[in-house]
This record gives sequence, structure tokens and C-alpha cells, in this order.
Amino acid sequence: MNDVLDVALRLLVVFVVFLTFPLIVGQTEHKVMAHMQGRLGPMYAGGFHGWAQLIADGVKFAQKEDVVPAGADRRIFQLAPAVALLPYLLVLLAIPIGPDEGAVGQVIDAGVFFVLAVMGVGVLGSLMAGWASANKFSLLGGLRTAAQLLAYELPMLLTAASVAMAAGTVSLVGILDAFEWWWLPWQITGALVFFVAGLAELQRPPFDMPVADSEIIFGAYTEYTGLRFALFLLAEYAGIVVLCGLTTVLFLGGWHGPWGADGLGWVWTLLKTAVLAFVVIWLRVTYPRLREDQLQKLSWTLLVPLSLAQIALTGVVKVVFL
Amino acid sequence: MTLAATVGSLTTGTTHLTTGTTDLATGTTNLVTRTTNLVTGTAHLAAESRGFLSPTGVEIAFLLVGLVTFGAAVITVTTRQLVHAALWLVVALGGLAVEYLLLTAEFIAWVQVLIYVGSVVVLLLFGLMLTRAPIGRSPDADSGNRPVALAVAVVAAAALVWVVVDAFRTTWIDLDGAPAGSTEVTGASLFQHWVLPFEALSVLLLAALVGAIVLSRKAKAEARPEADAAATAPASTAPDTPGGTDTRRDTEGAR
Repeated sequence: MNDVLDVALRLLVVFVVFLTFPLIVGQTEHKVMAHMQGRLGPMYAGGFHGWAQLIADGVKFAQKEDVVPAGADRRIFQLAPAVALLPYLLVLLAIPIGPDEGAVGQVIDAGVFFVLAVMGVGVLGSLMAGWASANKFSLLGGLRTAAQLLAYELPMLLTAASVAMAAGTVSLVGILDAFEWWWLPWQITGALVFFVAGLAELQRPPFDMPVADSEIIFGAYTEYTGLRFALFLLAEYAGIVVLCGLTTVLFLGGWHGPWGADGLGWVWTLLKTAVLAFVVIWLRVTYPRLREDQLQKLSWTLLVPLSLAQIALTGVVKVVFL
Repeated sequence: MTLAATVGSLTTGTTHLTTGTTDLATGTTNLVTRTTNLVTGTAHLAAESRGFLSPTGVEIAFLLVGLVTFGAAVITVTTRQLVHAALWLVVALGGLAVEYLLLTAEFIAWVQVLIYVGSVVVLLLFGLMLTRAPIGRSPDADSGNRPVALAVAVVAAAALVWVVVDAFRTTWIDLDGAPAGSTEVTGASLFQHWVLPFEALSVLLLAALVGAIVLSRKAKAEARPEADAAATAPASTAPDTPGGTDTRRDTEGAR
């Protein structure tokens, strides 16, 4: 009975995190972007500095009509948001936030492979949406999404492999157990490549070519309205949480902190994740969008060679010094 | 058309795989005796009851997932909607990954998802969208080779099933003990016993990579003179080129 309760509790906690953290990131994005642009951002909803703005947005989305275009492939069109969103929920299950047994949804033996594999599945949702909408802009967005995924999956995998080599395990918990502070300078190239590739995979600015609003309206999501559109947006912000959490776990030491982490490991994890999420928002405000050819060039001619160099460095250090 | 053919051959491949797995499923149904243990309460009785289709939880799950995988594979090869075929392929490949998981081969399962669902199918969909992916049926996606394909598929599946059943008839995996397919075990056996095939495969992949680069470079070299010609052509003719490609793309898009 205790086991069942334990599992249920874990699932519940992960689910609550899945529902709240993306909203927190979204609200932070509203406010941070506004202040960086010399505005105030939402100020009315909820009273205090517009804290309830996203709840109001959610209510608005729920009230809107759910339209499926006449020429669309109905079932796939309706299924796409779920395919885009659910993988991030599954990934959250595997991210450890503290050193204790209970600080991870589910310990997975091949955790690195699990998270990267499942994150890759999420892109299928965008592809399905782009194709099923029967809209040229949507199809273009889907195409760009696919091209971007194919280009950026490789450097992400390679850098994750570098960390796995350093730790000698592909388990996320095992990687954190093996972490030492000097991994930070050792794996810094990999960390940057991983983060940039992850941003591209999430289609966040400056890699938002697939949803470039000034060219193809909103890419694969152009035809979506109401709750399904909100689900796509939620997927984007859940993706930010997952990416920042993963970067924290793989490269920044997760629950390790400079002043001991007795009982406060989860604070370190959350803090690092939050700082990374802030960087994601910051990049959106400050960098112009990359053109499609620049996008591909960045991945194939810069990120892939860098990640290969990182793997070589990891191997050399591992063999010679450890 | 080539793409459709590729999808077809890929999916017949999967059909073989899945029929193979279904039979593995019936073979493995006998593997788990834990629930029987709990139910009957005696270990030796459970050991005796390793019969055909002893209904334990994992076995039933394995069979059901096998059936779903098989069904998805059949739909993949029979549906007339190209993109639907690719998406059913996702279901079939994902089902295979679940089967691996049920056999405790966790690492293989995630690699299956990563490579096949995350990359191969995305590449397929990309290719379909880039060339032609009409919503609804594509009547020209049928090759007329259906009976031959069916015959080949059945024969290959029968051969595989026969070989697998004959090879593993009396082999049991203990699902309750240490996982037999964990990353550590897989890695150790791959790089100790199977390192030579592994290296041979990597050489093969390298050759394929080099081949792909050679092909793409040749195409570029042929395209360059045209581009130069277009650049040096009078300005009045230049706008024709993009317009021409646009109309071609529109008719080919068939949306």
C-alpha cells in the first residue's frame, strides 16, 4: 500500500510541477521582457503586479472556439497538441532535483538517453500540426521544424555523451553523484553547445525561424485556436523548464552547491534552473532571429565540430588524468 | 515515388520484425512466474506451470503491446495516406520499444525511440512534406506489386519466426533478477564479445556517410553552371526562374 501511495505522490508532485513551473516561467517572461523594453508588462490581473495574467489568459483560451479548418486532417490536427506536450511531462519524471532517494520522480537506468529520446518525440507534434492544418504557412513551419530538429539533435546528443563519458554512467542520478566542481570548466564547451542546441530544438528566439511571425504567421500553429493553441504554448514553456533543468543536471552539478548541500540540494537545482530560464528570456529580448541558412550553418559548421572537440577533450582528460 | 517505395520497404521490414516479436511474445509469455508464485504461493508449482500462455501481468502486457504493434505495422503498409503511414510507423516502432522495456532491455528501448521515432520518422516526414504529402488518399502511391510484397513479407516473416522459435525455444529470461538488458550489461557484451561486428558496422556507416557527401557534392557541381548562367543572364529573364519553380511546386504540392 505504501508503494502505491509513494508512486501516486511522486506522480502528483511531478504533475503539479509540470502545470505550475511553465506558468511561472511565462509570467517571468512577461515581466522581464517588459522591463528590458522599458515597459511595465501586465499590471492589472490579480492586483499585485499582474501576477494572475497567465491565469486570465488560460481562461480566455478555454472560452475561445476550437476551430478545425475544413480541409484539415481532423484527427491528426486534434492529436498534435497532445503529442507536443506529453513528452515534456515524461521527461520531468526523470530529472532529479535533490540528492535523496525521494528527490526524483523515477530513477531511470539510461536516463540521458530517455530524456533526449522523449524530447525528440515532442517535435513530432509540431510536424503533425504543420502537415494536418492544410495551410501552406503551416507546412513551411513544419518543414523548418523538421530541418531544425535534424540539425540540432546531433550536437545535443554528442555533448550529453561527453558528460556521460566523464561520469562513466548514463544515469542522470549517477552523473550527479559523480559530479565534481572542476567539471564545470572541463565541460563548459559542451554546456554551451547543449544549451544552444536545446534552445534551437525548442524553437525559442533567436532560433524561432519555424514560427517566424513576420514571414509565416505562426508556422505550424497558425490554424490553431483556443485550448489546443494554449497547449502548444504550454509545451514551449514546459520545454524551457525541461531544458534548463537538464542543463543544470548534466553540466552545472544539479543539487551540488558551493556551501554544502545538506537538505538544501533542491534549492540549488531550482536556483540554477531559474537562472538558466532567465537567460532564455534574456536571449529572446536581445537577439534578432537567425535566417534559415544561418541556422543550419551554425549547427553543422560550429556546434557539431565543437561538440566533437569536447568529446575528444573529455576522452583525453579521462584517460590521462583520471 | 521513390520515397513511397522506401516507406513501403521500411514498413514491410517492420512487419517482419513485429511478426517476429509477436512470436517472441508467445515464447516469453512463459518467462514470468512471479505473479503465479504469488497466486499459488508455492515456488515449485510455479516452476511447473511454465506452460503456453500462463497469464501473468507482464506476459499479458507483452502480448497486448505486440498485437498493437502488429496492427500498427499492418496499417502502415496498407493505408493509402502517405503521412498516416509514417505516423502509424511511429506507433509500430514505439510499440517495439515498449516490448524491449518489458524484456528489461531499457537501453535498447530508449535508443529505439531516439533513433527510429525521433530521427528516422522525422526524416521520413520531412522528405514527404518536401516532395508531396496531400491530405487524404494518394491514389498513385500504390505500386501494383501488392501480392508479391505480401508473399515476400509472409515468407520472410515465416523464416524469421521459425528461426527465432527454434533458437530460443527453451531459453528463459529471469525478469525478476538483475536486469539482463541494463546499459552496463549491454555495453559490456557489446564491447567485449561483439566489438568486431560493432567496428565493421561503424565502417559501413562511415562509408555511407562518405557516399552521401560525394553524391551531394556532385549535385552541387552540376547545379553551379546553371546558377552562374542565371546570374549572368539579362535581368529580364532572371525573374522567370523563381516564378517557374513556384508554379511547379504548387502543382506538385497538390494541396
